[in-house]
Amino acid sequence: MTSANLTDVVQAEQGTSLWKDAWRRLRKNRLALFGLAVLSVFIVVALLTPWIAPYAYDAQNLDLGASPPSAAHWLGTDIFGRDLLTQILYGGRISLAVGFVATAVALVIGVTWGAVAGYVGGRVDAVMMRLVDILYALPFMIFIVLLMVVFGRNLLLLFLAIGAVEWLTMARIMRGQVQSLRQQEFVEAAVSLGLSPATIVRRHLVPNALGPIIVYTTLTIPSVMLLEAFLSFLGLGVQPPATSWGLLISYGAETMEEYPWLLIFPGAALTLTLFALNFLGDGLRDALDVRGSGD
Amino acid sequence: MWRFIAGRLLQAIPVILAVITVTFFLVRVAPGGPFDSEKAVIPEVKAALEAQYRLDLPLGQQYFAYLQDLARGELGPSFKYPGRSVNELIAAGLPATAELGAYALLVAVVLGGLAGVVASLKPNSAQDYIPMSVAMIGICMPTFLLGPLLVLLFGIHLEWLPVAGWGDIPGDKILPSLTLGAAYAAYIARLSRAGMLEVMSQDYIRTARAKGLPEWQVVTRHALRGGLIPVVAFLGPAFAGLLAGSFVVETIFQIPGLGRFYVQAAFNRDYTMILGTTVFLSTLIVLFNLLSDILAAWLNPRLRAQYGEA
Repeated sequence: MTSANLTDVVQAEQGTSLWKDAWRRLRKNRLALFGLAVLSVFIVVALLTPWIAPYAYDAQNLDLGASPPSAAHWLGTDIFGRDLLTQILYGGRISLAVGFVATAVALVIGVTWGAVAGYVGGRVDAVMMRLVDILYALPFMIFIVLLMVVFGRNLLLLFLAIGAVEWLTMARIMRGQVQSLRQQEFVEAAVSLGLSPATIVRRHLVPNALGPIIVYTTLTIPSVMLLEAFLSFLGLGVQPPATSWGLLISYGAETMEEYPWLLIFPGAALTLTLFALNFLGDGLRDALDVRGSGD
Repeated sequence: MWRFIAGRLLQAIPVILAVITVTFFLVRVAPGGPFDSEKAVIPEVKAALEAQYRLDLPLGQQYFAYLQDLARGELGPSFKYPGRSVNELIAAGLPATAELGAYALLVAVVLGGLAGVVASLKPNSAQDYIPMSVAMIGICMPTFLLGPLLVLLFGIHLEWLPVAGWGDIPGDKILPSLTLGAAYAAYIARLSRAGMLEVMSQDYIRTARAKGLPEWQVVTRHALRGGLIPVVAFLGPAFAGLLAGSFVVETIFQIPGLGRFYVQAAFNRDYTMILGTTVFLSTLIVLFNLLSDILAAWLNPRLRAQYGEA
């Protein structure tokens, strides 16, 4: 048996048993399963929104105005007579998209940064992680507000700005993982086989660090969505005619005295999603037995 | 200990410098000059204005001049409020924000700490689940949703408390402080529960029990100190979050504080105000982080030993 084969066998065995084990433990965690179910439903609904939304996104009914929930409008209408359910569905697409895309940006930057620092080590590592330390200390909430002000408020920038903030913890976690993994035999074997560092990181280190990465990713999505909603609430995030849950909440808060449903339903949608993601993240952390990351 | 403090102080300096530099250049590359809104300003007036705000100098010189001003504690004049300096505007907004932040922190530490300690004393019982479930709601419910909901319930529906203002009507400080503090109370509840659980299984707690101390003394005299280290370490980051949260809370409750000034300055494109406030708030956050690190280290006997008692 060559050492390459050996690596594959060891990896494959660890891989399957780890994931099976994790799934078995996750299945016992009711709250995590609830989170997974809610999230799955919301994602499917978000993908299908253009087909299943009861009204067109821009359909108005000025004669109707704001009306409470009814058979025709399950969640009521806003002051322009727009169907609230439709608004929430379309807003959810943007809120979820921001959550996932910005987290993906953070994931790519963080994993790459951490893997390089951890694998190369030495002075490069020291400089790279020192930079992370400095960025950590920066008050980013204020910086994002600043960025949105300076460069106008577009969605792409919002993705990038949030992603650029959230990668730091990911980089730290990845570096720690890589540092402990690179001492192990299978990495030495890969080195002696003449694999390039990039291949080793991609094929051997990242797959072995997937547990913490997945857990932290699940916990990053809610904090990103919260950040988007925060900015939109202040008027610095998603701009009309597009909408998001944060924006709907901000409109709802303005007219809550007369039309409380305009605040309550978008708020419930956002809170439920954040709940689901947090439960799932906590459940995954227990299931994958990841300790001390992200807290 | 002094070495630790000195080390942390040295680390804070490049951070603050980085904040100043990044903010300065970000604001300078922003599209649109500050006086673009004025229609057809006479060239001489424009030149005079630019000279007043030093916009006629090369960028590098502007930067160093700004650093010199900062060293003297001068944050410069405001673009949008002629004749008023950023210092004056900050001084006008700071008291309300500081008071709001202090009350919110009090709410967070007292409510959160109490809930966490109570939950940790009987893990996996109703005494644990109920406060922890409430804490989970607190974490998932954003400030900008909780605020309006509280106003709706206690202000409009029950009419127990005023819906807005700060220091005008008795009781109008309660809702904003609760709103801002709630999320942090939730985090602190979780942290203190986890910290207490870890400490309660240590040998020195068994020793304390073995020598016959009543349980409440075991908790208050021995466990709390170690169990609350994570909470103290969290206070630094929490402070940054509280400031950002105060942007929202001050907007909701119409409190004339720094957060509202900042958001208004952002909308008005009052660049000097944004720059000055960012530098001021950032420095405050960095210093608070420092303080919380030092306090956590001081509470932690292992770290104290590492750096030597002093």
